[in-house]
Amino acid sequence: MSETSLQDLKPIPSPGRQIYKPKGIIRFFARFKYNKIALVALIILFVIFAISIFAPYLAPYDPAKGVLTERLRPPTLERPAGGGFPHIFGTDQQGRDVLSRIMYGGRVSLTVAFTVVGICFIFGTVLGLISGYFGGWVDMILMRVVDVVSSFPGLLVALAFVMVLGPSERNLIIALTVNGWMIHARMARSQVLTLRESAMVESARAIGLSVPGIVFGHILPNIISPLITVFVLDLGHQIAAEANMSFLGFGIQPPKSSWGLMIGEGRQYIASAWWLVTFPGIMIGLTLLCLNLFGNWVREEFDPLSRKQ
Amino acid sequence: MIQNDRENLVVVRNLQKLFPVKAGFFGKARSFVHAVDDVSFSIKKGQTMGLVGESGCGKTTIGRLVLRLLEKTSGEVEFKGKNIFNLNKLEQKQFRREAQLIFQDAFSSFDLRKCVGDIVGEPLKVHGLASGSELTDRVADLLKTVGLKPELMREFPHTLSSGQKQCVGMARSIALNPEFVVADEPISALDVSVRAQVLNLLKDLQEEKDMTYLFISHDIRVVRWLATHIAVMYLGKLVEYAETEELFIQRHHPYTEALLNAVPVEDPFQRRERKILLGEVPSPVDPVPGCRFQPRCEYAVDRCRLETPPLVEKSPGHWVACFVDFHGAGDFS
Repeated sequence: MSETSLQDLKPIPSPGRQIYKPKGIIRFFARFKYNKIALVALIILFVIFAISIFAPYLAPYDPAKGVLTERLRPPTLERPAGGGFPHIFGTDQQGRDVLSRIMYGGRVSLTVAFTVVGICFIFGTVLGLISGYFGGWVDMILMRVVDVVSSFPGLLVALAFVMVLGPSERNLIIALTVNGWMIHARMARSQVLTLRESAMVESARAIGLSVPGIVFGHILPNIISPLITVFVLDLGHQIAAEANMSFLGFGIQPPKSSWGLMIGEGRQYIASAWWLVTFPGIMIGLTLLCLNLFGNWVREEFDPLSRKQ
Repeated sequence: MIQNDRENLVVVRNLQKLFPVKAGFFGKARSFVHAVDDVSFSIKKGQTMGLVGESGCGKTTIGRLVLRLLEKTSGEVEFKGKNIFNLNKLEQKQFRREAQLIFQDAFSSFDLRKCVGDIVGEPLKVHGLASGSELTDRVADLLKTVGLKPELMREFPHTLSSGQKQCVGMARSIALNPEFVVADEPISALDVSVRAQVLNLLKDLQEEKDMTYLFISHDIRVVRWLATHIAVMYLGKLVEYAETEELFIQRHHPYTEALLNAVPVEDPFQRRERKILLGEVPSPVDPVPGCRFQPRCEYAVDRCRLETPPLVEKSPGHWVACFVDFHGAGDFS
């Protein structure tokens, strides 16, 4: 090996790292070369998020203000009597524009779901990692706590929490979080158990790496793919849970709206006004489908063995 | 080869490791696997101690215990005069720098999302010995030391051949310049064609860096080639311990004799009268009283069934745990 070839190697800042870090937006999109569906899913998600974020600028009508003469209009491309943007998704029982309500409702649904799953994911994963890695009585106590919390019917506990704390968006998030962290803890723990006794961990211990270094540097990156899958699936679950709570009157309070609350409110008109439940339902379904497709791509991308070279 | 003037680097005293066998739901351990039972030996600096025995006899457990990758049940392991089971945090980190492990299957010990450069450089990073371009240079040097191209540092482990993987594992193990290396069957997972290469590398590294090895293997021929001393294990106990050449000239334990007899002869037309060991290794869970080899030993006397034979020095430097005055002579080459 000549000296020149060593010189060639010098510019590498940290060997190999750069392979995981796409530099620039072009390289990021180049990663989708083998999975175009995931790219489509990501774009749809972007659009849904963008619409939700920019709802105040995009929505043609005030989502809370109804026009009683325009009640329960089916979807139409014609302008309403008073002028303005056509009610392309129809109007509800109070004459409010469904399209505008979907835009604003998405904000609430997505905020609640992401906040709940985010807190649950971090909290549950850390507990699961500790429980799985240390084992023994730490594991025993943490897992019994998980068992006890899981053994209560989730909806009942959430209702009790909201009843005590009072219905509001913040309290809804607290109630759903209390119910939702266990699956992440269980998942992380079971994944850690498969690695705890592995030669990889032994090798990391042999070179003197600290316990946090092993857990967060080697174990977590190797088990993150199934955890991300659960994260994405749980997003859907929490959007549904928020809808349930809102439907029962313990979640989002009118005049605020969420996709779940819209389905709940539209339920009694389902025979005569199909658009009230259909469009929010499509939004939930589309969001979940795209999250799943995107989650799948992330899982593949995180795993160098399944990545196509 | 005898280096009596040098001090002991590793001293193992009455080391015992029991693994509990749990029974039932809230079950307390009712019985124990006696993986390592009352084992004592010492390794002087620069020596290579070969640890041989059948699979499941506790060789690997000893290797993990002397590196404190497992906690002992009783006994002690001294490294440079200090008991490794009572080190403080700082001493522990220093110990990790000085004592390293080479895995049987290096590939399984890698973090597969890290590239070769990260894997080899990690020990240096953990101990804060190098960073940035210096780290890259050190990794390149290490790869060259084990006979690999420095360009490989950007590859991922699954793209390497099995010999290359083992070499990367060795580069990682020697990155910290350890004084003591436990090599746990480093060549058993390799093709015959690359075995010699890895063994030569081990020997060269030892000469170059004055390393001390605990070489664990079930292949007594390999151990003979590399080791200065051989310890033979059977079911968690040391049965015979001597210098390598001494052991190949005479053996005082019937099990060692049986092990040597099992080595195939190179010439297919030359037939040796072989003593084949009958029966199987009994379970290490609550082993038989007395000598553990006694159920399979054709020389066993009544005393073997009642008392456990202690390891005694039959002749200078030749320790045996056997009541029978057994002599296995004849060179195996």
